[in-house]
Amino acid sequence: MISHLPILQVIIPLLGAPACLLLGKARLSWIFATVVALITFIISVLLLIQVNEQGTISYMLGGWEAPWGIEYRIDYLNAFVLAIISAVGTLTLIAANDGIKKEIDEARQPLFYVSFLLCFAGLLGITATGDAFNVFVFLEISSLSMYTIIALGKDRRALWASYQYLIVGTIGATFILVGIGLMYSMTGTLNMVDLAERLPPVAESKSVLASYAFIFVGVSLKLALFPLHFWLPNAYTFSPGIVTAFLAATATKVAVYLLIRFDFGVFEMSSPEVKQTINRLFITLGIAATLIASWTAIKQSDIKRMLAYSSVAQIGYMIIGIGLDSSSGVQASVLHLFNHALMKGGLFLVLVAIALQLGSTQLKDLQGIAKRMPWTFFGFVLGGLSLIGVPLTAGFISKWYLVSAAAEQEQWYIIAFVLIGSLLAVAYIWRVVEVAWFKSADSEIANQQQQTMPEKIPLLLLIPLWILILSNIYFGIDARFPIYFSQQAANLFFGGL
Amino acid sequence: MLFSIFGLVSASFFMNKDAVDVAFTEAAVGAGISPLLMLATLAIVGRYQNTKALPTRPLISLTIVTITGALLIIGTLDMPAFGAADAPSQLHVAPRYIQDSVEEIGIPNMVTSVLASYRAYDTLGEVAVIFTAGIGVLSLLAFSHANRKEKHLIDDIIELDEHKILRIVIKILVAPILIFALYVQFHGDFGPGGGFQAGVIFAAAIILYTLFFGINVGKKVVNLSIVRVFSAIGLLLYGSVGVVSFVSGKNYLDYHVLAENPQTAQHIGIVVIELGVGITVACVMMLIFFAFFERIGKDKVE
Amino acid sequence: MIIFDLLNYWVVIILMMIGFFIVISRGNLVKKIIGLNIFQVSVFIFYISVGNVRGGTAPIFLEGATLYSNPLPHVLILTAIVVGIATTALALSLVIRIKASYGTIEETEILEQDKQ
Repeated sequence: MISHLPILQVIIPLLGAPACLLLGKARLSWIFATVVALITFIISVLLLIQVNEQGTISYMLGGWEAPWGIEYRIDYLNAFVLAIISAVGTLTLIAANDGIKKEIDEARQPLFYVSFLLCFAGLLGITATGDAFNVFVFLEISSLSMYTIIALGKDRRALWASYQYLIVGTIGATFILVGIGLMYSMTGTLNMVDLAERLPPVAESKSVLASYAFIFVGVSLKLALFPLHFWLPNAYTFSPGIVTAFLAATATKVAVYLLIRFDFGVFEMSSPEVKQTINRLFITLGIAATLIASWTAIKQSDIKRMLAYSSVAQIGYMIIGIGLDSSSGVQASVLHLFNHALMKGGLFLVLVAIALQLGSTQLKDLQGIAKRMPWTFFGFVLGGLSLIGVPLTAGFISKWYLVSAAAEQEQWYIIAFVLIGSLLAVAYIWRVVEVAWFKSADSEIANQQQQTMPEKIPLLLLIPLWILILSNIYFGIDARFPIYFSQQAANLFFGGL
Repeated sequence: MLFSIFGLVSASFFMNKDAVDVAFTEAAVGAGISPLLMLATLAIVGRYQNTKALPTRPLISLTIVTITGALLIIGTLDMPAFGAADAPSQLHVAPRYIQDSVEEIGIPNMVTSVLASYRAYDTLGEVAVIFTAGIGVLSLLAFSHANRKEKHLIDDIIELDEHKILRIVIKILVAPILIFALYVQFHGDFGPGGGFQAGVIFAAAIILYTLFFGINVGKKVVNLSIVRVFSAIGLLLYGSVGVVSFVSGKNYLDYHVLAENPQTAQHIGIVVIELGVGITVACVMMLIFFAFFERIGKDKVE
Repeated sequence: MIIFDLLNYWVVIILMMIGFFIVISRGNLVKKIIGLNIFQVSVFIFYISVGNVRGGTAPIFLEGATLYSNPLPHVLILTAIVVGIATTALALSLVIRIKASYGTIEETEILEQDKQ
């Protein structure tokens, strides 16, 4: 059985979804989906161990060898990403039963879990596969189910957000499809490893460059890379809170992974000049994303939306790391990918808890909330500190690596911009703290809170919330695990230090 | 209408380019299913377009499109000439499919061989995509109307007696279409066709019947909750073939465990997974159809 | 002759760009989806063109035939067509819901309503 782990990783949630449909009842579906996710998480941990012991695992689907059949190829990088996705997926699913109660009608809940599992399976499939076209197929599984679960939000704007995302996402996927087609027409293969071997001889050709451009734009649309991020704030703001927590921690991460994979694992540029231009483009876009999105975040009146913009900004850091085009740069990106999943997963779950209590995530409704929900709000502050990158939090570690990677190349201006970005983060987190902690609620809002504040926050929401928030602190103090794996992942492409 | 013609024209292009399987599918989808859904949507949301029909952002859009198009044209400059037999795409992976598949898989239709065996996992993904869409449409459109027994507007239109002759024709037609669907389902190994096309045709027969006899009659013929169950079963059937493979010690979706003789084994595998595809596709198509058509004439602003 | 050899691709690209233009420029949600469809179908045609071999026959084994079209792009496009119809169905059902809750399917009007 152990040799089938790579496929089990994806196939369990993929087949779990239709099985889940057969159950029908909301509560039963939830238990089933959670168990499925938990098994997936255990598999991902086993895979991580296996990769660490044996190196890259290759699994031939259907028993056909690689360029003819489809290959699953698990190395340090995607084993690590798989573990992140399945961990966050499991935690959000545990919280889901209480989290979606107020947001999704009872009748739609079973279907919600089916879609959630499909989305989960899709994201895992994109990450695990070593075949360029298979990426497209699983990308569509995850995208279609994502549109569905976003549209299930209570607010009618969720429908509009989902539609916008659908159009953008489909354009993105079609661009990727064009890119894959161009690659195929130049090399005759779809397997990534095979592509990496067969592309360099034709790297001079304009077709390969065009194919790179199309895949880059397509992935960037999915990634919400500035300036193609316009769909993301809406989608994150209006989808059910649990969905936001899940997507923020996984979907864009998978897109970052894809970018790293294609950029370093498949394409090889014909000349250093071309590569340098591309790197400069990455860095510029990354910096622009960080600054502009952080600035926009400060001006938001809805905290969910604020954090959504902050996500766009954080993606900027990862892109800067990719643009540095060095072992330490990629390592910083992968590290930040991990840490950001912890922060945003945790923070959005805090918002689910707040929304459950207050029925709102508007900044003005949060007055004096720190006194009413001191612990929950303390969680928000911890997550916020990590987002800023204060020492002893996970956020600090990845920023430190990013800054040192930039220092290595003596690109001092990057360091300056990263610092400015962090200051902006201080500003938007502070606004929330100020309102929640230091403003006492005026009577009207206090009344409102009194009415809507029913019972305690359910335990099953609190546990995943605190696991994610506290891991921000844990991995800020003892970061050996993510540092080791991100380093190994970077070594895949830069062959040792 | 125009849209449907576009579907047919592109289907004939595929035919012309020797892509018979693709042509078949595009004919079913491009000229059948998607215009049907489009019409249903227009019937629900209204056909009018009240604001000016001009593009909203003509200049920016035009710029983006021109840049993309130019990039693509540049991209093709270095591409092998159209139809060249020595292009890289024809040389590396493809020859194995062409030369060895008949021997390795034992069926003449190479597209089916690649689809259902060499790249069977992609096809599993494809079925999952269809399933996902079905779930998505259901969770968006179903459940919003409490009174399920009420009359459907579309039935009013249908119940005009003018359609008597058509109805008889349809009645006569439905059975052969269903049989044709089964033929396509199991003939995919030899000629063009396979689970997806069969599923669409099967669903089309039911849809046609429903269109002329009314939603409520159609619902009596097909029980939607059973259809829902089967849409999941199709996908599970496909997936479980793979499970059988690795329980018997081979890799996922390796059909060789299914029988002694490799060709027979491949054949069994392909027939079973195509059946899975067919079931899921037919069921999801019906689910989507009913979800759309039940809403016609019933939407008020919520 | 380069122009001749690549003409087929270029026609496809023009079609592709027409679809793409409709998607991004139209404000009507249904028209956007139609554009998206045209965009996708032209990508399919592009793939099939890549797989085409002059003088080849359909990739179904035939005694005596030696030159076949490349079956791989056909398979990929079969998958992509299915993905396309799945997307269309989902998109249209979103449009229906949008109409039900906003009362319009024009982008500008929806944006106006959201501002309030």
